[in-house]
Amino acid sequence: MSEHALDISLTVNGEPVAERVEARRTLVDFLREDLSLTGSHIGCEHGVCGACTVRVDGEIVRGCLILAVQCDGAKVETIEGLSDSGELADLQAAFEQRNALQCGYCTPGMLAAAQDLLKGGVVPSRDEIRAHISGNYCRCTGYHAIVDAIEAVAQQRAGGKR
Amino acid sequence: MKPAPFAYTKARSIEQAIALLGEHRDARLLAGGQSLIATLNMRLSAPSLLIDINGIDGLDGIALKGGAVEVGALTRHASAERSATIAQHTPLIARAMPHIGHVAIRNRGTIGGSVAFADPAAELPACLLALNGEVEASGPKGKRTIKADDFFKGLFETALAPQEVLTAIRLPAAGIDSRTGFAELARRHGDYAIVGLAASARASGKGLADVRLAYFGVGATPLRAKKSEAALADGGIEEAVAALDLDPPDDVQATGAVKKHLAGVLLRRVAGQLMEPRR
Repeated sequence: MSEHALDISLTVNGEPVAERVEARRTLVDFLREDLSLTGSHIGCEHGVCGACTVRVDGEIVRGCLILAVQCDGAKVETIEGLSDSGELADLQAAFEQRNALQCGYCTPGMLAAAQDLLKGGVVPSRDEIRAHISGNYCRCTGYHAIVDAIEAVAQQRAGGKR
Repeated sequence: MKPAPFAYTKARSIEQAIALLGEHRDARLLAGGQSLIATLNMRLSAPSLLIDINGIDGLDGIALKGGAVEVGALTRHASAERSATIAQHTPLIARAMPHIGHVAIRNRGTIGGSVAFADPAAELPACLLALNGEVEASGPKGKRTIKADDFFKGLFETALAPQEVLTAIRLPAAGIDSRTGFAELARRHGDYAIVGLAASARASGKGLADVRLAYFGVGATPLRAKKSEAALADGGIEEAVAALDLDPPDDVQATGAVKKHLAGVLLRRVAGQLMEPRR
């Protein structure tokens, strides 16, 4: 029946997690406050800025617009997991090389969004890159370097396959 | 900000969701949550109970049924965006879909949630109106169908009764002579529109018939510009712009005068799309 706190079990970055959470706990607060995974950032808390972007069951979502209780049974991946697995290593290197981050606050969400765009080995146009990261605010870089980095990695990955 | 405390439960069936809505008068249904959870976080809304309907079987899916495309309420925007049925039979929805939020939002947000929430600046309510679609709802007295023209009643207000659950929308499938157009102006791709326009018509000889122009972001609900519809059917784009019977209020994005001007800009663009032969 209806409860203010519920038991949930899910997988976070490959590890099973079982916790009791308040119904009102958003996923990003659960990750940060209960699991100490502070790589996912909180910006606007209403779905506009993209700093809290994480993967749930393989799809990127806003961590502030999904409740932790809705993730019972789900597979959640945060920047910590994506980084540790090496999946993003080339994107991270390209961001660093091209100064595609300054303060770094948007970077975890930006990387998750970029990786989502590049899944399946597509080489998007610069316009497609801009459309895809339109949901992720960066207040430092002016985006050009981010678009450059994503484009370079898309081309590298496609080149590597030939 | 963080939401005020609320209780949470998963409904296993539509009947259970309807019963729970009857027992808890300030409960809210949780579908994709992409508007609801934002309003909870901002404490614009503080229900005592969220009824999660995501576990109800049979509420999602896209199917062509008897000349209409039926889209289940829990269908995610991302599923509609990828749907061959939508692309082929409701090209207006396919045109609008990339403008709805961002990828991470479309992965969660639902078609039914968007229509039931009835944000006056949202794309889907205007598309439903432009296509002369209908809404299917279930309540304590059973199922009923509501025409789009009768559905949007006021700011975030619809014809749904407090205990009713929106279960599907139905959109007439496009025929060979169907024409659609869609354009919006937003500060950033994916944001709510400053002004937007969804349109449908039928090619008739060298002109258009049955023109429906549904504007969004210009009032409390999506609004049809009926005088311009008639003018456009008579063939005059500039006459249609001059006939725009809209009086948009000022909002945080633009003044009413700017919105009115932009409505004309969009009408010229969309008229061009309506007059293109169907690919």
